[in-house]
Amino acid sequence: MAYSDKVLDHYENPRNVGSFDKNDDTVGTGMVGAPACGDVMKLQIKVNDEGIIEDAKFKTYGCGSAIASSSLLTEWVRGKTLEEASQIKNTQIAEELALPPVKIHCSVLAEDAIKAAVSNYQERHGQAAEAEKKSA
Amino acid sequence: MSDLKLPIYLDYSSTTPVDERVAEKMAGCLTKDGLFGNPASRSHSFGWNAEKAVENARGQVAQLVGADPKEIIWTSGATEADNLAIKGAAHFYQRKGKHIITVKTEHKAVLDTTRQLEREGFEVTYLGVKENGLVDMQELEDAMRDDTIVVSVMHVNNEIGVIQDIEAIGNLCRERGIVFHVDAAQSTGKVAIDLSKLPVDLMSFSAHKTYGPKGIGALFVRRKPRVRIEAQMHGGGHERGMRSGTLAPHQIVGMGEAFAIAGAEMGPELERVRMLRDRLWAGLDGMEEVYLNGDQEQRVAHNLNVSFNFVEGESLIMALRDIAVSSGSACTSASLEPSYVLRALGRDDELAHSSIRFSIGRYTTVEEIDHTVEIVRAAVAKLRELSPLWEMYQDGIDLSTVEWAAH
Ligand SMILES: Cc1ncc(COP(=O)(O)O)c(C=O)c1O
Ligand code: FES
Repeated sequence: MAYSDKVLDHYENPRNVGSFDKNDDTVGTGMVGAPACGDVMKLQIKVNDEGIIEDAKFKTYGCGSAIASSSLLTEWVRGKTLEEASQIKNTQIAEELALPPVKIHCSVLAEDAIKAAVSNYQERHGQAAEAEKKSA
Repeated sequence: MSDLKLPIYLDYSSTTPVDERVAEKMAGCLTKDGLFGNPASRSHSFGWNAEKAVENARGQVAQLVGADPKEIIWTSGATEADNLAIKGAAHFYQRKGKHIITVKTEHKAVLDTTRQLEREGFEVTYLGVKENGLVDMQELEDAMRDDTIVVSVMHVNNEIGVIQDIEAIGNLCRERGIVFHVDAAQSTGKVAIDLSKLPVDLMSFSAHKTYGPKGIGALFVRRKPRVRIEAQMHGGGHERGMRSGTLAPHQIVGMGEAFAIAGAEMGPELERVRMLRDRLWAGLDGMEEVYLNGDQEQRVAHNLNVSFNFVEGESLIMALRDIAVSSGSACTSASLEPSYVLRALGRDDELAHSSIRFSIGRYTTVEEIDHTVEIVRAAVAKLRELSPLWEMYQDGIDLSTVEWAAH
């Protein structure tokens, strides 16, 4: 399989590899895929008081296209609101990385991962807000 | 490391380069000054000389495997030999019964052939294997029935390099009058074969796994006790009617020469290759969570099939750009499936996804092995840094207890 230069670049120099403490209040974590399927993607976002994604990190077990998709995504979501981030479409990722048809699902996985991270953050904050209300 | 040429070829189980000595012999069978004649031409010396070269090669092939030259039928490769053997025997003996036994870890040339026979109304049992990749003899015996006509078990497995006990399997078949076919594409020059003693009725060979050219192979068809097969290719009645088609002297001479060299040099070659394989394994084995696939003892000297846990195979291959190796794996949603052979061993899917086959050969050097160890270690370390599974493993999380978000 021939890889596009952009896939190779992200694969060679993956951006924002790493992890945040998933119990940190400002962090949202999305983990999608399964080892038995051959791909697991973990995407984490760090959100500031204004609801803007300040930072993002990823770890991916999967093919080069899956690694590149998640690496690219961490670059894209920085500076975006949660709303904007969850609107990123896999087709944009696939287009940017010039993924061939058999690799489209790798970008779908990335879209799922950011959605999962955003909703994880929202759930935890919804719950936190709820709890605050109750105690008030 | 001055004269190290990249990429390093470590995929000899896939195919081998043609040995220069073989290429030279082949070149002598093509042009007007060479042996270009049709071996079937009876009326002139061009034909006679070509025939002589073909028969000489037949003798060379027969000699490597302890057969009579009359028992060797030329084919286009092991795929065709497998087809001819299994379909040919099944069709010939179908009045006796319609049951066939083979193994889940066979090459596709066998498995797709038996699938076709199923469509024709034959019944096929696909035996599993033990964790070490070997057939369980009791299970095989239990699967044999009165209407079983053919058993097909490969000698050396192409992915994991384990050697099946074909003598024991053959004896079970003999006791019951079942035709026994063996795919030996991976074993010539790697394991001694003596068909004058082995209870095998049909055996497939390929030239290009043993430093001969692609596109040529052979089927051994035993004469005593005689085994019958129905031809699958009809035409001029070549190869005693079993496989028609004008013979290709350059290919045949190449296969003969390659097998003769294999016979003459096997001893020292295997010793050298085993030393290199052990050196490679010693270099990798020190890493955490690295597993050797297939039986530790009953295996060929040149193959090393290794799973690097928590690293996915396709991304690993990508990192190993400078070495040419095989991985049967990418995630299940892509075109490639995790290796069916490793799955048959009962390996976790994760381990099946993270396997690499290294196969060493005649031209592999110590420098190449040492460089490979370096590259692989660096690549695995890099990809583990990227792997959420590795992180979880390091945190002491048992991955089998995690609920994964299926997709
Ligand atoms: C075990 C086995 N059988 C059959 C084949 C097919 O051989 P050929 O390429 O000569 O058709 C191969 C090689 O890929 C093999 O490894
Ligand atoms: S994640 Fe399945 S092939 Fe890329």
